[in-house]
Amino acid sequence: MDCDVKIRARNIDFYYRRSRALKNISLDVLKKRVTALIGPSGCGKSTFIRLFNRMNDLIPGARVEGQILLDGFDIYHPKTDVVSLRRRVGMVFQKPNPFPKSIFDNLAYGLTITDVRDKEFIEHKVIDSLKKAALYNEVKDRLHDNALMLSGGQQQRLCIARCLAVEPEVILFDEPAASLDPISTRKIEELLLELKNEYTIVIVTHNMQQAARVSDYTAFMYLGELVEYGDTERIFTVPKEKMTEEYLSGKFG
Amino acid sequence: MKYKTIHTAEPFTAHPGKAIRMSDFSQALGFLFLGACAAFALFFLGSILYFVIVRGAPAISWEFLTSAPRKAMTQGGVAPAIVGTFSLTLGAIAFAFPLGLACAIYLTEYSPKTILVNIIRLSIANLAGIPSIVFGLFGFAIFVKVFGFGVSMLSGSLTLGIMALPGIISASQEAILAVPQSYKEASLALGATHWQTIARVVLPSSLPGILTGVILNVGRVAGETAAIMFTAATFYTRGYPDSIFSEVMALPYHIYALMTEGTHPESQTLIAYGSSLILLTLVLVVSSLAIILRQRQRRVYGL
Repeated sequence: MDCDVKIRARNIDFYYRRSRALKNISLDVLKKRVTALIGPSGCGKSTFIRLFNRMNDLIPGARVEGQILLDGFDIYHPKTDVVSLRRRVGMVFQKPNPFPKSIFDNLAYGLTITDVRDKEFIEHKVIDSLKKAALYNEVKDRLHDNALMLSGGQQQRLCIARCLAVEPEVILFDEPAASLDPISTRKIEELLLELKNEYTIVIVTHNMQQAARVSDYTAFMYLGELVEYGDTERIFTVPKEKMTEEYLSGKFG
Repeated sequence: MKYKTIHTAEPFTAHPGKAIRMSDFSQALGFLFLGACAAFALFFLGSILYFVIVRGAPAISWEFLTSAPRKAMTQGGVAPAIVGTFSLTLGAIAFAFPLGLACAIYLTEYSPKTILVNIIRLSIANLAGIPSIVFGLFGFAIFVKVFGFGVSMLSGSLTLGIMALPGIISASQEAILAVPQSYKEASLALGATHWQTIARVVLPSSLPGILTGVILNVGRVAGETAAIMFTAATFYTRGYPDSIFSEVMALPYHIYALMTEGTHPESQTLIAYGSSLILLTLVLVVSSLAIILRQRQRRVYGL
């Protein structure tokens, strides 16, 4: 079991200046599984997921205590190279955020910043990633159109494709369907189930049904604490904690 | 609970019963006052344009645009002044654009958020309030004398560049800050460095805004007289500048000279109005260019 751990969070505390946003969280994310973080708004699930690729580094006054190990290596070690960490741990954000560039250039961006010059390779990678993100058929005739012309759902799949193009090992999804319509949401969910064969996936969602549909493991967070973590089916059918049960049955949240 | 229905003859007239309501009256008065102020401001703009065009147009001819002044500036054209204004302005851009942009990038993206940086920001803003004649004196003392560039295109361009700098910096800062945080996050999350994110995402997105600011500020200094009076401009040259150390004629200073010196006020005034018309046209063309650029940016980014 232990060898299948991809990310191990140990006693994580997180502070925004004075306020403590995460309280002593320990959690193992398993390789090639979908792990969902659920909980009401403001419970710290987005803050937590953003520790895995150190996106919280951008916030002035933020401080992390504890350890996060990726394949056993401490990602908050002073010698960790954040750039290569982020290439291994990709992220898809809540609001689709394609660059105001062409579809092709969006996909190629992650490659060209590492000085990949081989045009054939880039083109192959772009098309391959679009196919993996189930977007290729919709955009194959207009790869050089501005990505902002796509619909919201397409933009989000473009962002997923852009993330896949750099070949990450882990993909973090921060409420990827929160701003999308039900049909686009379903496409994203189907995509997630496809992707888990190859990638380790962590998804933040405040949609409980979504967590139930796509995830293998579910963590319930409340006010910066990890209340319960386990097999998704078990959590949704026989939660151990009273608070989890109340949240899942809609008593609060 | 029962509701009582109130019937009136005209339930929705603004003031049933009363002849006129005080609040309606004051509102009408307010609109009238604001409209009058707007019309007043417009009147000045319109009359400036009108006078310059009516008085300047008779002077304009092909010869006026392409030849040098003759007979102690009572005849001939203003070509050397047009060339001079162009080269001074280009020189000012070449100096102030890279410097201002670099400064704006540093202040928005790299500088630590400390009191010192805030003081720098404030100082830059205050630089914009310094009277241009002071810039002129400064340019004379530093570029003309200390650096020994003499009264030259170089000294004038540098002085004008410094004048344009605060405007360029603040316009660039605004354009950079307007780039959505989500673009930067997307770039960083893909493993781009901070510098790559700036160079490939932030700058391309903000470039139209930056260019708008640059053009507007340069358009402003192109019409500057006091700053070049001691640093670059000369009363009269027959030919064109042959190096950056040449003195040059410039339209604004030429107008000033025509109106304050010389012995033939009538013919000189006509030339002054003609020169004003050319200067005004140049500045308006430059400003329109900036507006078109801004519209294009809004279309591309859906702002």
